[in-house]
Amino acid sequence: MKIAVIQFPGSNCDRDAYHAFFGVFNQPTRLFWHKRPSLAGAECVVLPGGFSYGDYLRCGAIARFSPIMNSIIEFANNGGPVLGICNGFQILCEAGLLPGALVRNEGMEFVCESAKLNVEDSMDYFNQGSLGETIDIPIAHGEGNYRIDDDGLADLEANNQVLFRYANNPNGSISNIAGIRNKEGNVFGMMPHPERAVEEIHPSRDGIGVIKAFLKSQMARQQKA
Amino acid sequence: MKVTVFVTPKKTVLDPQGAAVGHAMEHLNVKPSSDVRVGKTIEFELEGSDTPELRAQLEKICDGLLSNPVIEDYRYELA
Repeated sequence: MKIAVIQFPGSNCDRDAYHAFFGVFNQPTRLFWHKRPSLAGAECVVLPGGFSYGDYLRCGAIARFSPIMNSIIEFANNGGPVLGICNGFQILCEAGLLPGALVRNEGMEFVCESAKLNVEDSMDYFNQGSLGETIDIPIAHGEGNYRIDDDGLADLEANNQVLFRYANNPNGSISNIAGIRNKEGNVFGMMPHPERAVEEIHPSRDGIGVIKAFLKSQMARQQKA
Repeated sequence: MKVTVFVTPKKTVLDPQGAAVGHAMEHLNVKPSSDVRVGKTIEFELEGSDTPELRAQLEKICDGLLSNPVIEDYRYELA
């Protein structure tokens, strides 16, 4: 799968994501500057973590209006696979590609640790059978407190859109939500960093399973289409 | 025309920043009788006068860029 890792001014996990997709998974991967007008044939988009535009206004609020975002919104609405990690998740929510929003952590603390996540039975490849009941993935964020209104939350639950929940909620997220997908199953957002859990030297290698699940689920979707 | 946009967290959304500021007020022996909510003010000039078209332009930038309707409310003043 041809992967585009988008670089915004202030992205800082772009090269980690590049390394995970190219170095570990051997997928043809390119870094795309946010001012590019098109995705140039990419088959999968990754929005990496960081502090795009210094988190000015709100996390992800300005990146959402970057030139490449129009192409990404169109790509996602046509079923193209998109994964947003940390700041990338915030950008996807701002862009309306995922429901809800991420606000300041309860307790105001920036949390940087390895977090235990309970895996939810969400869809093919994103379930306990594929990933195990719990996984360890690093988190590093100040604004990962997921918020959504009651109807939105009921929708998420009814459609099994929650991918992961924190075993020990570090930020006040509603229903311990750490990651979600859209209803269609092609747009994914998560605060934890799977790309930081793919090497021996990392605290865990559980990120390999998450990225594999993402790639496999999307390859399966495209074969069906 | 001078535009001032006020953005505040929705009443239903927890505001950890406001809560922290509220605690600091108590350290100064002032006890707020409600939640403290921290928002932001955005000021700028726009050419033109107070017309429905100008207000439509303002709504366009307030709703999505300057504020996120999921978590924030906004209002603006024209002068």
